[in-house]
Amino acid sequence: MPRELLTGNAAAAWGARCAEVDYVPAFPITPQTEIIEMLASWFECGALKGRVTMLESEHSMVTAAAAAAATGARVFTATSSQGLLYAMEMLYAVPGWRVPFVLVNVSRGLATPITLEPDHNDVLAARDSGCLQIHCASCQEVLDSVLIAYRLAEHPRVRLPVIVNMDGFYVSFTREPVEVPEADAVRRFLPPFAPLGIELRASRPISQAVAALGSSQYSYFRYEAHLAALQALEVYDDIAAAFTAEFGRHHAMVEAYRCDDAQIVFLMIGSFATKARAAVDALRESGAKVGLVRPRLFRPFPSQALRALLAGKRAVAVIDQNLSFGKGGVLHTEVASALYGERDAPMLVSFVGGLGGRDIAPGEFHEMAAIARRAADEGHSPEPRLLFTAEELREMRKLQAIAAAERSSLRSLS
Amino acid sequence: MSEHAIERMKDLPSTHLLGAGTAMCAGCGGLSALHEIYDVLGTKTVFINAAGCMTLLAVYPFTPFRSSWLYTAMASAPAGAQGVRDALDVLIAKGRLPRDEDVTPVVLTGDGAAYGMGLAATSAAIERGLDFIYLCYDNEGYGNTGQQTSGATPHGARTASNVGGRGYPGYKKDLFAIWAAHQPTYVATVIGSEPLDLAKKIQTAAALKGPRLILALAPCPTGWQFDPQELMEIGHLAVRTGLWPLKEYHDGKTTHTRMPHPRLPVEAYLSRQGRFAHLFSPHRDDEVIADIQARVDRYWDEVALPQSAMPDPDP
Repeated sequence: MPRELLTGNAAAAWGARCAEVDYVPAFPITPQTEIIEMLASWFECGALKGRVTMLESEHSMVTAAAAAAATGARVFTATSSQGLLYAMEMLYAVPGWRVPFVLVNVSRGLATPITLEPDHNDVLAARDSGCLQIHCASCQEVLDSVLIAYRLAEHPRVRLPVIVNMDGFYVSFTREPVEVPEADAVRRFLPPFAPLGIELRASRPISQAVAALGSSQYSYFRYEAHLAALQALEVYDDIAAAFTAEFGRHHAMVEAYRCDDAQIVFLMIGSFATKARAAVDALRESGAKVGLVRPRLFRPFPSQALRALLAGKRAVAVIDQNLSFGKGGVLHTEVASALYGERDAPMLVSFVGGLGGRDIAPGEFHEMAAIARRAADEGHSPEPRLLFTAEELREMRKLQAIAAAERSSLRSLS
Repeated sequence: MSEHAIERMKDLPSTHLLGAGTAMCAGCGGLSALHEIYDVLGTKTVFINAAGCMTLLAVYPFTPFRSSWLYTAMASAPAGAQGVRDALDVLIAKGRLPRDEDVTPVVLTGDGAAYGMGLAATSAAIERGLDFIYLCYDNEGYGNTGQQTSGATPHGARTASNVGGRGYPGYKKDLFAIWAAHQPTYVATVIGSEPLDLAKKIQTAAALKGPRLILALAPCPTGWQFDPQELMEIGHLAVRTGLWPLKEYHDGKTTHTRMPHPRLPVEAYLSRQGRFAHLFSPHRDDEVIADIQARVDRYWDEVALPQSAMPDPDP
């Protein structure tokens, strides 16, 4: 199968095209816009049959996406950062409609201050929404994950929206060789959309998303959606195996790299994990038994898989590319809750880095591994570490000096 | 939808589609309008609901509708209608939905969403030429939460959030004009107490394609403070004082379907509602009453002017 150079955005668009989506409600936002432009051009030229509609906001976009899915169509949409947050009311509402669709989020740091490059505070804000989440590290993985996401979302035991996440710039604008699967192979893997009774037809009226004012009824429907999300853990491996059988590539719910004999493990989501992977190779060369664990599935959370991979390790350095002010890294909290009370649970050490696309240098990975090993030796985990170098601080001080000088020159003018 | 043209009262549909026993208040003007509108629109409809009083029509496991329902959120019901319409069109074009299974999306929203939070979504749906019907029941306040001031609240009305001596200091937003400025297919004002006028307009709207917007004044016994049995009388007074002009916009022209003549003084309407009681007692607030009257008079004076070069004579 020939491979072509595609950006992550193009890979996402090709994923939707391969899935033969019926409908794309859209709204532009950097760095996601290329996805919807490509899809719009394909609908325009007839390569895709259906419709793309430009909405006036992401809130409306997600409403239209779910409404179209509730009518019986296969729907794709995409957003980023502030857009995901603007849509947040609907992201929390529509999982309860139990309609499947796929949303690609191109991660970008949140305001304030406004920035363009990635971290995961945007997508993690949707953590408790009921939308499932798959996190990708490469362009090929983005395309493949869109297809896997449709199988997962549309599975009769799941029926929930799925967010496929990639990092802005690092994946969205980076070209990598990507294999675009043949239409026939995709059709074998992903059958046509089946509404399973959730559809709008004149002869079969249906009331959707109605109020349920009794607390027991409310609890029942909320529990149902939760249990459906957990079902995604049950069916994921079969879907991944079917994907491997058709396309040869395997996408486990949790990727483990050189973990079998590892004593120290980096744990990350997203494309920055490829930096950790390179650090693992370098550390291995120097004889350190280091590995990498990268959860692809974040909702439902693969607790069992993580326990199996991490039990018996000496320490895990959880590197969060997000920051919950007043708490710390979100992923660290999630992993801690999965491991707490387990026999042979490793020491967890929390690091926060990569905010707004800040690089994590090889030397920092080496240092984090050393800190993690020391924590295991001492039997005590240090306070969460915010990655920031002395050099960065010097540069920051320079900018602050310029800002102060500018302000005082403006004052002297007035 | 009714087969024959509605000309007279006896042409009004005799089959009533909306079920009884809903959670709406006794004497709800929105519900009376919805009853009449639904009878004309018929069951090949899907109601796309925005948060408001009528969200409580469909409460699990009951619904008064014989057709479909989709609750969305307060701000984005028109986007829900967009998604439904787009999906229906695509499914029909792809042969996955027989044409006779098609349904008309009908947005059902209160004034809180229509005049405020949902206005951007409504404006954009009109821009895009969405083929849908938009129905706003306008009870001139956030009724479901106890009648706080909304963008539809009239000047001088006391609300749960304007409890001062002169009521709400702002003026009711002219949503009809805002909609008409988008040049949609059809816009009309209606009221449940004028069922023939209402039915004709709904029948007109139903036969057209594109954005069709209906603004129904919805006298609200709890929010406006009048006895539920006076619903129809309050409605008649809203029309006969000229405070609620019945009109339609179609093909770029606005036509008044009722010319109240002679117009009753506005206080005939105001004095019947608790929300305006402070204008009459303990002291009569001539200034506010005169202001309201002057604005109504000016509106109708402009309507009476011969058609000028202006495409739309509305203020």
